[in-house]
Amino acid sequence: MNNKVNFTIDDKECTSTSDKYIVEAARENGVYIPTLCNYDGVKPAGSCRVCTVKVNKRYLTACTTPIAEGMEIEVNTTDLQDFRNAVVELLFTEGNHFCPACEKSGNCELQALAYKFQIMAPRFPFQFNERYIDASNPKIYHDHNRCILCKRCIRVVKDDKGKSVFAFENRARQIRINFDSKLGEVLTDELAEKAMEVCPVGSILVKGKGFKDPIGTRKFDHTPIDKIVIPEKQNI
Amino acid sequence: MSRPIIATTSLAGCFGCHMSFLDIDERILDLIELVEFNKSPIDDIKTFTKDCDIGLIEGGCCNTENIHILKEFRKKCKILISFGECAIMGGLPALRNDISVKECLAEAYLDGISTVNKEEILPNDEELPMILNKVYPCHEVVKMDYHLPGCPPRADLIWDVLHALILGTDVELPYEVVKYD
Ligand code: SF4
Ligand code: SF4
Ligand code: FES
Repeated sequence: MNNKVNFTIDDKECTSTSDKYIVEAARENGVYIPTLCNYDGVKPAGSCRVCTVKVNKRYLTACTTPIAEGMEIEVNTTDLQDFRNAVVELLFTEGNHFCPACEKSGNCELQALAYKFQIMAPRFPFQFNERYIDASNPKIYHDHNRCILCKRCIRVVKDDKGKSVFAFENRARQIRINFDSKLGEVLTDELAEKAMEVCPVGSILVKGKGFKDPIGTRKFDHTPIDKIVIPEKQNI
Repeated sequence: MSRPIIATTSLAGCFGCHMSFLDIDERILDLIELVEFNKSPIDDIKTFTKDCDIGLIEGGCCNTENIHILKEFRKKCKILISFGECAIMGGLPALRNDISVKECLAEAYLDGISTVNKEEILPNDEELPMILNKVYPCHEVVKMDYHLPGCPPRADLIWDVLHALILGTDVELPYEVVKYD
């Protein structure tokens, strides 16, 4: 049974049903909570922390926390906004993001968040970690410089038997995404396209498809990401 | 009141940011009413002749000369601004940052396909600045007061920010002007 639930977001009275996560319940009520690793229709991973909100004074990720009766949720307070900025800035300094030369620029969700937050420069030092580009697959490139380890590819891109094409290898700071070598070899065009689409950044690219959209026509050129997630309604 | 003084320079950049600066089009006529230029490629003044109010830095630091000039700008300018991706994060020159200097020099002067260098000489004249171990964003070398991203930064961004700084007004930047490409 999905019960009706009442809760507040930044003191505004809201209602939803108990089968929703906070991100979805907020969206129903016209409130945008920034997300990055989350992908509609698959189990949330809670890996990026961009969606961090405060629920009854405690920090929680809004994409993994089910909504419940009586929750008092804070979304757009100064400290939470600063926290989210910091997470995005960390991702920019940890990877090697050369946006001017990136195929995904203008269509990239990480960049779109930075645009939305109007981040002028990250507060952390750039790491310039050594990463590589894997071009061994016949259909796709994998640029590890840009991977944010969001696990979207692992969770979404599966063959017809439900096996993931992508997986993590190694652990801790050495962790990275790799293909299942057998499934990777027989990757269909559709799955390759899908992998490029689900990757929020320019880490998975279909060969020959980069820079398809001219500047000015790309997803986030004129429309901020919150207005794409919640088109009609006004944001708070 | 005397007019604010602006200085600009291009370190490890491509002059694209300066071109974008000129893209403010006819507003440049307003600008020269409002400010005076000192050291800058725009008026070709090569050395500082006085202290300045605003310094615009294009490009990051890839060699010792860049560091020297940047430090000089910090001394001479009250407000220092990184304009463009290269000043902010190194930009394309920083693509070499995970490659050793030795490898870079070898590729450029010894092993490159089109290289003819029988004596295997690497540039070593003492007149030449030394290449740094990696390309540094300006704010990792001196304190920078503002950052204007973009490759190049949109002319409207440069104008909006300069205009606000000169007149001492607040500025609300439209979504379209803060871009990284
Ligand atoms: S993946 Fe996104 S943030 Fe990274 S370089 Fe490409 S456009 Fe920029
Ligand atoms: S390759 Fe893309 S989708 Fe996969 S984990 Fe990295 S950023 Fe996420
Ligand atoms: S969107 Fe919730 S943790 Fe990434």
